[in-house]
Amino acid sequence: MTAVGPSVEPRGLPRFAMRANAWLVYLFFYAPIFLLIVFSFSDDRLVGRWGGFTLRWYGEFANNSEVQQSLWVSVRVAVLSTLVAVVLGTLAALALVRFRFFGKKVFDALLYLPVIIPDVTMAVMMLLFFTRLFDVLDDTFGLQLAKGFGSIVVSHVAFNISFVSIVVRARLEGMNETLEEAAVDLYATPWQSFRYVTFPQILPGIAGGALLALTLSLDDVVISQFVAGPGSTTLPVFVFGLIRRGVTPMINAVSVVMLVASVTLVVLSLVAQRSRDAAGSDG
Amino acid sequence: MTETQAGIQAAEEMAAVEERSVDSAVSLRGITKRFDDVVAVDNVNLDIADGEFFALLGPSGCGKTTTLRMIAGLEFPTEGSLTIFGDEVGTLPPNKRPVNTVFQNYALFPHMSVLDNVTFGLRMQGVSKSEAKQRATDAIAMVQLEGREQRKPSQLSGGQQQRVALARALVNRPKVLLLDEPLGALDLKLRQQMQGELKSLQRELGITFVFVTHDQEEALTMSDRIAVMNEGLLLQVSDPESLYERPVNRFVADFIGQTNLLDATAEADNTVCLANGVRVAVDHDLAIGTKLALCLRPERASVVADADGDAAQTTAGHYLPGVVKRVTYLGTDRIYDVALDWMELEVREGNRPGSGRFVEGDRVNVIWEPDSVAVVPDDGSSTGADRS
Repeated sequence: MTAVGPSVEPRGLPRFAMRANAWLVYLFFYAPIFLLIVFSFSDDRLVGRWGGFTLRWYGEFANNSEVQQSLWVSVRVAVLSTLVAVVLGTLAALALVRFRFFGKKVFDALLYLPVIIPDVTMAVMMLLFFTRLFDVLDDTFGLQLAKGFGSIVVSHVAFNISFVSIVVRARLEGMNETLEEAAVDLYATPWQSFRYVTFPQILPGIAGGALLALTLSLDDVVISQFVAGPGSTTLPVFVFGLIRRGVTPMINAVSVVMLVASVTLVVLSLVAQRSRDAAGSDG
Repeated sequence: MTETQAGIQAAEEMAAVEERSVDSAVSLRGITKRFDDVVAVDNVNLDIADGEFFALLGPSGCGKTTTLRMIAGLEFPTEGSLTIFGDEVGTLPPNKRPVNTVFQNYALFPHMSVLDNVTFGLRMQGVSKSEAKQRATDAIAMVQLEGREQRKPSQLSGGQQQRVALARALVNRPKVLLLDEPLGALDLKLRQQMQGELKSLQRELGITFVFVTHDQEEALTMSDRIAVMNEGLLLQVSDPESLYERPVNRFVADFIGQTNLLDATAEADNTVCLANGVRVAVDHDLAIGTKLALCLRPERASVVADADGDAAQTTAGHYLPGVVKRVTYLGTDRIYDVALDWMELEVREGNRPGSGRFVEGDRVNVIWEPDSVAVVPDDGSSTGADRS
């Protein structure tokens, strides 16, 4: 712990209480994670009992075809929805920061909506939307569509656009607009100005937004569960199902893998947003 | 002003609008720029000659930067015609104009090296990679930054960044170089050095420089001609000397250098009557009864002891009695603030041996030669009250 300044730092009982509080918070945060990791290596059929070290649950995870299938669905959903959300989210951010247009404030507020509203609400909305849409398509064009991979991707795109545009927008607002003026003054066409000046400047934001979107998509249970169809179970949805069917410690192993993947992506996202900050804030 | 005079002036203005000098590098006719309800630039007519070092001078918000941005194409005029070497460019985008800009905070591309910054304009114009590199290297040498080609802008000092911005613009051999307060971010020493370098660079290259500044001293030091703007209006265009010696109105007199403005009324026989009733002989062609101000520069006046009053008057000059209120010692000069019974005058005396020394409370006379003052019509524009 580093002191902010000798005169501000509390002493005596308040100091002790604050430290205790901090440790308590950390305990609540990390004790479950610690237990999860420890018991994923436990050689006992019961989830919460230590039976010696083993890698058997990780082996079972790797050999379980259902798990692999759902992992594959998760990865495809995440990559696809991220790609679409990055393009749309970046364009939305550009429009909000660079242009003035009718209804801009409303659009701005609406863009934040998926961040604010609860997952369940979003999930019900999506479910309703797809059910009605497929009904209408069936009635008018005779198209027989069912919920599944496609509906999950669309739902994930829907909430990921918000997160991508928020991150990209922050980056764009920090960028010196004169740079674009300098580019067109130096004979760049508007497209070249974007390609050679704006895009490299906001790239860390785009990368950060993409990694965040990837994480959110990989982690999502609620929305995916509502809009999933047969054969399109994502990994988190599968894990959730496992709990209901009877728990084996494999669930611990799966959770640890997902945890590591998520943490890695979030860290990468932060690194991407921080890199070139020195360059970006300058000029 | 009589009706005939007004008619003649209107006719002259019309003629000015029609006439378009062929050798003008930049020519503005009736240029107006409105932002929503705000008129940033109001009906400006201006010709900037080829090869000229031209300054747009005025306080912040006077429209000088907007004018520059219209020449660059970063803003489009609401009304009027703008030509560069005879070609109408009114709504041409910046990338299609033969001008380049040095931006106020340089606007160097932070993710590119110095070399990439300087080659940018050439590459966008489709100049081959090798030729672009050659020309960029020459430009970098011209601004004395050899050996720093691979640095990023953030690794350079303010002065060096400014040189890169200059090289990045000049490497394109623009017909007109636009500079938006380019020295504003530099400290005093560096600014003075860069003033000299910019001036000699412009002489060497023979390119027209249009330079925006709010620093009247900088404008006087560097420019061939200066346009003074205020509240969107172009007030006066002339060489530095005429600007200082013969300001057209109170605002210009007040904005350029330090000045004392003495309110007066025009009388017959080249005489004006000061606010306190003293009559002063000075050349003017104003109608009798016109309100005016006498512009007396602090260094053109001097302070003599009250006892010398008669002697002073006999030297054909004018004098006004007063009391020394404050003495400021500047090393090279002494500044006396002299309180008259109706206003205060600032007098700047060179610090030479033998020049009088006065202290607070001394009764003195402020004297000046008749040809040391300029007559400016009183148009009710800004007084010295808000200037430091």
